[in-house]
Amino acid sequence: MSDHDYRPKSKVGQWFNDRLPLLTLANHLTDYPTPKNLNYWWTFGGILTFCLITQIITGLTLAMHYIAHADMAFESVEHIMRDVNYGWLIRYIHANGASMFFLAVYIHIFRSLFYGSYKAPREIIWIIGIIIYLLMMAAAFMGYVLPWGQMSFWGATVITNLFSAIPLVGEGIVTWLWGGYSVDNPTLTRFFTLHYLIPFLILGLVVLHIWALHVPGNNNPVGIDIKKPSKDTVPFHPYIVIKDGFALLMFMIVFAFFVFYSPNILGHADNYIEANPMVTPAHIVPEWYLLPFYAILRSVPDKLLGVVAMLSAILILAVLPWLDTSKIRSAVFRPLYKQFYWILVADVLILGYVGAMPAEGLYLLIARVATAYYFLHFLVILPILGFKEKTLPVPLSITEPVLGGSPNLATARKKESKIE
Amino acid sequence: MKKLLKIFSVLLLICSSNTFSFAAEKVDYLKTDWSFKGLFGKFDRASLQRGYQVYTEVCASCHSMKYLSYRNLAEKGGPEFPEDQAKAIAASFEVMDGPNADGEMFARPGKLSDKFVMPYDNVKAAQAANGGAYPPDMSVLVKARGGGVDYIYSLLQGYEEAPSGMILDDGVHYNKYMYGNKIRMAAPLSDGLVEYGDGTTATVEQMSKDVTTFLMWAAEPHLEARHQMGFKAIIYLIILTILVYFSMKKIWSRVESEV
Repeated sequence: MSDHDYRPKSKVGQWFNDRLPLLTLANHLTDYPTPKNLNYWWTFGGILTFCLITQIITGLTLAMHYIAHADMAFESVEHIMRDVNYGWLIRYIHANGASMFFLAVYIHIFRSLFYGSYKAPREIIWIIGIIIYLLMMAAAFMGYVLPWGQMSFWGATVITNLFSAIPLVGEGIVTWLWGGYSVDNPTLTRFFTLHYLIPFLILGLVVLHIWALHVPGNNNPVGIDIKKPSKDTVPFHPYIVIKDGFALLMFMIVFAFFVFYSPNILGHADNYIEANPMVTPAHIVPEWYLLPFYAILRSVPDKLLGVVAMLSAILILAVLPWLDTSKIRSAVFRPLYKQFYWILVADVLILGYVGAMPAEGLYLLIARVATAYYFLHFLVILPILGFKEKTLPVPLSITEPVLGGSPNLATARKKESKIE
Repeated sequence: MKKLLKIFSVLLLICSSNTFSFAAEKVDYLKTDWSFKGLFGKFDRASLQRGYQVYTEVCASCHSMKYLSYRNLAEKGGPEFPEDQAKAIAASFEVMDGPNADGEMFARPGKLSDKFVMPYDNVKAAQAANGGAYPPDMSVLVKARGGGVDYIYSLLQGYEEAPSGMILDDGVHYNKYMYGNKIRMAAPLSDGLVEYGDGTTATVEQMSKDVTTFLMWAAEPHLEARHQMGFKAIIYLIILTILVYFSMKKIWSRVESEV
């Protein structure tokens, strides 16, 4: 990196920086050369950082008032909603914040899929990202259990029961997870502990995610390697800071609409009924962001294989850099991949839809087809596509297509802006 | 900028499509204009006070409201009874307190700080008195039902003769808005059941609306504060977004690239 020769101007700064190079780090972060053609899909990294910090701060505040006990959890949430100063605001930000977090992470992931950001030399960034995503799902699931409503309780029962599918030791593992013979107070207290811990693990991984990013630098919509710093880059501050800030504000407007005007629309009404082990809800549905995987789970008739399919659906992403055999990163120059990409997006949306529906009849059939296609995309289509696809010519630098160097590149550019 | 607007609308679309997917069972509930809906939605104070009257005279004989306190009745954004009146309401209930210095429990008149007195000592007692069905606690009831206020409002008016061929057990009633159409609760309201202090005619429709408004407030006591703050927050965000947009344009004008 070019900023190794950075020296603070003041004597004190130099003295401090020689002992702990924080100022070098700060200088690296402000000067960090960023491709100047990043579009708004690239602003979701910053948005996600905001989401994480928001969840941690609101979560800490909630934890001061929440009581992790099966007999008191539901009541303590109502106490927060009614008697804690602005407790309703903090809780609604936290509850909707989880949904906004997932909305942003899905956009972030699908941006990466479109522009091939997972490919060499960025595989480690991508894999750390998948681990973060897994931890997010664990944190969100456990967080949903904490209010101890009907969906909390039965969702926890269904998901923890998945482990019973493991041959021989399954039942033992479930009992161990529960801390008893059913979801009960011990389950709640350990979920609370882990729900408190995981965000900090995520925070640590986010640091690694960004660190790993700063080694090769950002990918960009054209998907080519660029010289850094050069005419193709701008310093992170102020260019990217203000652009990310602008996008974040737009995001916050959507966020605010949910928090202030329909704070409960993303949740399930049953979760305002206190947990009752004697009454099973008619439909047990997870939160919307887990629905595609829930659909995959239910589409396999065998319990163990269903769990395996669900886990593979996520873990397959970790080996994606090696499944995608194409040397070209950006879908802008991959006419066939671009079409398959959008089919995959539709496929995942369909999985999400059928995940919310009862697993029977036509819904089950659709879920099965969509599940099969999901795996087909990653295991068959992507590896073959890399060899068969005729890609468009790729420009040599970012500045070239912008300035309209050759007719070929101009068309590429046009196509690119269409997608955005 | 155009691109960004596109992303923005896609975001909204994704959000809304995800929420609609849950509205699986479509039922046409009775509609009425709720004053608390919309950007500036506020409770109708008189309706809340009438609603409390319906609750306490009718519903409260079976349904508890364990998360509310009498002080809430005088708080801003609620029925806003004058404090004297709220105190009088509280005092009209007998609250078990104790143990006192002699180690004995004793009854005393309620205070503002007391929670709403429950009609039954426990769930079993409630079930025993209601043919096995437990009248649900009403504190968050409207949030705990799919259709929300429209559902409760419709249910209260949904009692009908059972269609021919449908056999109802003893103590079960037909209600066209209830899930499965069978409900243990007998039609709770009838015209003129309560006598409103403000002269409003107590039709079933009027009482349903008033008590549902009251239940909405009970479930969401800070709704007015939320709407007010939300409007301010969003206006603030929009102005800031516009300012940041122009700063961004200015800063990016230094490089040959579009934002």
